[in-house]
Amino acid sequence: MTDPTSARQPVPRPTQSVSPYGQGSSASLYGQGSSANLADILERVLDKGIVIAGDIQINLLDIELLTIKLRLLVASVDKAKEMGIDWWEHDPSLSSRAREETAGPSLAEENRRLRAEVESLRDRSPAAVEAPADDRYAGRAERDERDEYEKRESHVSRERHERDRERRERRERRR
Amino acid sequence: MSADMTYSYAVTRADATPDALDEELRRVRGVAGAPVRLVRAHGLAAVASPVPARDFDESALKDRLEDMEWLESVARAHHAVVETVFARTTVLPLRLATLHLDDDRVRDMLARRAEEFRTLLGRLDGQVEWGVKVYALPPPAGSPVPAATAGSAGGSPGRDYLRGRQRQRRSGEDAWRAARDAVLRVDAEARVLAVERVQHRLQQGELATGPGYNVTNDAYLVPRGSGDDFRARVEGAAEGLGGIRVETTGPWAPYSFTAPEHTDDDIREETERARRQETESGTDAADEEVGAP
Repeated sequence: MTDPTSARQPVPRPTQSVSPYGQGSSASLYGQGSSANLADILERVLDKGIVIAGDIQINLLDIELLTIKLRLLVASVDKAKEMGIDWWEHDPSLSSRAREETAGPSLAEENRRLRAEVESLRDRSPAAVEAPADDRYAGRAERDERDEYEKRESHVSRERHERDRERRERRERRR
Repeated sequence: MSADMTYSYAVTRADATPDALDEELRRVRGVAGAPVRLVRAHGLAAVASPVPARDFDESALKDRLEDMEWLESVARAHHAVVETVFARTTVLPLRLATLHLDDDRVRDMLARRAEEFRTLLGRLDGQVEWGVKVYALPPPAGSPVPAATAGSAGGSPGRDYLRGRQRQRRSGEDAWRAARDAVLRVDAEARVLAVERVQHRLQQGELATGPGYNVTNDAYLVPRGSGDDFRARVEGAAEGLGGIRVETTGPWAPYSFTAPEHTDDDIREETERARRQETESGTDAADEEVGAP
């Protein structure tokens, strides 16, 4: 399967077990076959490919959850942390060591948590987040400005009072 | 109702599939070790196999999809079948776990979407997918030790430390600059031969393997015959740039190019829409400010 055009005659599948750390990635991974990296396969068979609504429909939300989960397996950890979804660090099903220790993750519990995550992500849409924040900041800015103005005003008037008093005193002394 | 359902892996042209494909498919095993066959209708063929209904009904599937081991075995079996067809002819991979109650339902599906499938097959004829990942390799840990130059600098220890930190920071910046250069060069070389590009998510999670920090993970649609040239160009593009690793994988069946709306125009449109939204919300904010007493 090195070159599909020349694959008319049966070409032996690459059977060598390739270490994912294998050097010369190109040579070792050239034919995909059974040696292809699981992350590469998963991002294709789960995330790409034609979607057909068959007779067995996996609940849309479940697919969404699965996708989120897999993204966390293959996607950037930093990015996920940035999004505030770093709960997987405590998710036994996502840590193989933990998986061996526990009899099996409680799916119901896990899905509840995932659903909550999805909800909270939805809630964090720009409209939901930014508008109130802007209002708050606008309000605060306004308040700050007013405070500052009053402070300055009181300062000015205090200065004026001082000046007036000094003048009065000077006038009285002259008399 | 039978105890089996039909799992479909891919769609291909029935008229363009020689009997040799049937022969070839007899040699692979599908999901759950089942024999693979072609289900034909409307000049198209779905590559399919029977699977036990009890393992693939809604509730079973829901649970099993969360089982990493099960998922891996199904994903690899799915991929192996797609690859077998891909080695012979143009193929449209279907998403994992595409299930119908029986073959007739698969034929219905082929009939319903025949036109779309034919258009896609035409677009992907003679094209294969290549994966290109660029990794930035971190400088070897502890190599720029700040204290190493303490004596020679002759300054205060504090200043030496700061100098060391600066050097460290610079080598980090250099690594990123090299990565950026590499990404641009690699993409430019890839586009000499590629007709389309799709960006995948970066691989940094548990399943990501190999040294370095993945900075791009792209798929390119490349003419079948240009594979060697493509690889040579892409891998040669980053030559001379230290701290960079370029990994090519392929050829893949065109998994990443089966979405009909995945064109550059759509991406541009999407970007445009996002920008419009941004400016609209920006205007709102401005209005509020003006409106405030």
